[in-house]
Amino acid sequence: MILKMLFSNAVALACALAAAPTVIQNATVLTVTKGTVKNGSILIRDGKIAEVGEKVVIPAGAKVIEAGGQFVMPGIIDCHSHIAAESINEGSVSVSSMVGIEDVLNSEDISIYRALAGGVTTANILHGSANAIGGKCTVIKMRWGKNAQELIFEGSTPGIKFALGENPKRSGAVANMLGTGRTARYPATRMGVEDVIREAFLEAKQYQASWREYREKMARGEDALPPRRDLKLDPLVEVLVGKRFVHAHCYRADEILMLLRVADEFGFKIRTLQHVLEGYKVAKEIAAHGAGASTFSDWWAYKMEAYDAIPFNAAIMVRKGVVVSLNSDDAELMRRLNTEAAKTMKYGGLTEDEALALITINPAKQLAIDSRVGSIEPGKDADLVVFDKHPLSNYAKVQKVLIDGDTYFDRDTDAGEHAQKDARKKALLDKEKAKPKEDQKKAAPSGARRPS
Amino acid sequence: MRKLALALLAVGALAFAADSYLIRGVTIHPVTQPDIPDGSILIQDGKIAALGAKVAAPRGVQVIDGKGLHAYPGMIDSATEIGVSEVGSVRETNDTGELGDFNPQLRIGIAFNPASEHIPVTRANGITSVITMPGGGGRGSTGVITGQAALMHLDGWTPEDMAVSRSAAMQMVFPIIRTSNFRFPEGLTHTPYAEAKRAYDKRLREMSEFFEQARRYQQAKAAHDPGFKENLKYEAMLPVLEGKLPVMVIAERERAIREAIAFADKQKIRIVLAGIREPGKSLADLKAKNIPVIAGPTLDLPLEEDDSYDAAFSFPGELYKAGIQFAFGTFNTAFSRNLPYQAAAAVAFGLPREEAIKAVTINAARIWGAGDLIGSLEKGKWADVMLTDGDPLEARTQVKRVWIRGKEVDLSNKQTRLYEKYLNRP
Repeated sequence: MILKMLFSNAVALACALAAAPTVIQNATVLTVTKGTVKNGSILIRDGKIAEVGEKVVIPAGAKVIEAGGQFVMPGIIDCHSHIAAESINEGSVSVSSMVGIEDVLNSEDISIYRALAGGVTTANILHGSANAIGGKCTVIKMRWGKNAQELIFEGSTPGIKFALGENPKRSGAVANMLGTGRTARYPATRMGVEDVIREAFLEAKQYQASWREYREKMARGEDALPPRRDLKLDPLVEVLVGKRFVHAHCYRADEILMLLRVADEFGFKIRTLQHVLEGYKVAKEIAAHGAGASTFSDWWAYKMEAYDAIPFNAAIMVRKGVVVSLNSDDAELMRRLNTEAAKTMKYGGLTEDEALALITINPAKQLAIDSRVGSIEPGKDADLVVFDKHPLSNYAKVQKVLIDGDTYFDRDTDAGEHAQKDARKKALLDKEKAKPKEDQKKAAPSGARRPS
Repeated sequence: MRKLALALLAVGALAFAADSYLIRGVTIHPVTQPDIPDGSILIQDGKIAALGAKVAAPRGVQVIDGKGLHAYPGMIDSATEIGVSEVGSVRETNDTGELGDFNPQLRIGIAFNPASEHIPVTRANGITSVITMPGGGGRGSTGVITGQAALMHLDGWTPEDMAVSRSAAMQMVFPIIRTSNFRFPEGLTHTPYAEAKRAYDKRLREMSEFFEQARRYQQAKAAHDPGFKENLKYEAMLPVLEGKLPVMVIAERERAIREAIAFADKQKIRIVLAGIREPGKSLADLKAKNIPVIAGPTLDLPLEEDDSYDAAFSFPGELYKAGIQFAFGTFNTAFSRNLPYQAAAAVAFGLPREEAIKAVTINAARIWGAGDLIGSLEKGKWADVMLTDGDPLEARTQVKRVWIRGKEVDLSNKQTRLYEKYLNRP
């Protein structure tokens, strides 16, 4: 038995090792971090980028993807998405750090495939913005067809969602205003939002201290009872020790500043400010704290706190030294982050590489996965997108997407499969259309209802 | 009365006379005629006075060097809420979606806020006129006839100055069998199919009755019936019944589109179908009956899970192949400035580029009855002109200067002012 297992493992291993390398050739390669290689090739081995350049020797037996006249860029990374999740808002309490997206990942969400078809290979899947301290977040790769566990970006740092401003205070405010009988949930003001976060971290600090005390006593060989584990506070302690990233939904300059100061007070860091539409007003303070900013290209005026939003936001923050990314927060917009990036050249004059960085290496840095993804460099994961035109052109469309060197989207294959799917669907519908008459006849005389 | 109108027109013409411009050395894209490389455009009295390879400069005209630039007609967004919606989530700043099911008497033209911040933001990207709808785009609206949409220029002191057409279309939201409904703060609610179907049939009967009443009103008025009393709702329906005013029907899927076409046939009214996403086999009917379409929004998800991922992107190309006259609309306010990118996405998925340009300019003008006023660069039309440094359908392109009715408009806006202020924050 053991022998058999060993044998089959050995076979699997041998297969993996022997997997043919892939070469994408004759493309314009936009590495993002190392400039552009015209007429370049990329050698992929074991899911990693092995070589990039004008002269790449094609190994014997390699699978060759001819990309003459086409453009290859790193897989797009969306630092703010809610796809592939069964639910996103546990909004019944103001601090819901005990819940997490990882437990409700839905690997069959069609949005994953659609995002792939827009060139996205990695996304930060966030809890919603209903409460000041929301649930835990998870970074995934768009490995369409794999199960929920296999979507998770191995080794990525887990996150937690915070939310400031109109959304977290709405529950309290709406109930007050309408007198609907719905229970008002504290807070109803931006002051209250700050208080919720401070109270929670005060509690987390005390909880952390009780564990420290317990461990110290045990180390000294003294008798001690362990503190009761608190699933709400555990993630906040992880934030305090830098093992969990805070991704904070925010809009107005004042609340951005508030959060940075609360983080300073309790000695932790805000990893990314999300939306951060007035980030341009306090870019200096954001840069000083070291927070990243993940924003929209040009959304504005959909709510009061977005009325001072400007499409120059990303460019100003880049110029003032903030690591900036563009995100979608939307299953539709997610499919065209490349042209969102192009808008920052129009609004604020970013260069091509700076614009592309907003959707590749910068979100990779914000999620601390930049050693793995975000640029085309030897040693990194072969997460690549082939476009028919320059990806910053509004006329460009995705032809192929690779993750870990495997093809997950191919436009030609998609077109072929669609014809098959249409035929299958038509056959099913026809069958169904032919059926009811018979069923009705059978069912009619009895008139009995099926018990529900 | 007629003399007075002429006198007013003359005063208007004098007011514009101060602004005359000759744009030279520019690549002209008239849209309705072949491009003119290295041409000139003369703008006088609000109109395009001349354009071509060589145009003589009248005395006192401002000469503009257009070298390296492109001249296009200003773009037209065929579905927006500009002027009646300022901040989406703040009810007090929204004037769409009035209560009541049949409101043909409501007019956008009198509620349009000429000081809306959306106006300068939108025109900065070369959109010079928009259709503003009273029904808030139809989605989620409960009314059937929501009022009269206006075709508005994005420059002027008052809504009267700005109107290209104060009444460009009657908006109708075609009912559907609605089994699920999302409302804040209740959330998603479900209605059993049979119940939803009953409500739908009732709604169709009400529509027929309303049109029938309006027609009786029309007859009574024409017959100088002694018992005739003026009625604002039916009065507003007269141009529709006379075929003078098209009805902009919001309908998304095949069933609603078919029913809308059947309704228009029965009532003998002229319709423009807007917001259509999944016409199925009704496409052939649209062509056969020459019904124009406002496509979009193009930058949208497929309606069904098993639809092709690019269904919305490739749809305008299918409209074109079917030979249907169509224009683009954003069905939005804040994103109206992204109109050209809706068109570009359709180009990536099969629509010829020159057709995409037409669908944001001349097609829209023609559909809204303003084809002889705007939508192309032609002698005698209003001078709605944009100068760009490249292809306006590309996001990287900058819109350098814009004229509306021959007047050069300020491209600065709330957003550029905030940009300059905070870029220079010490």
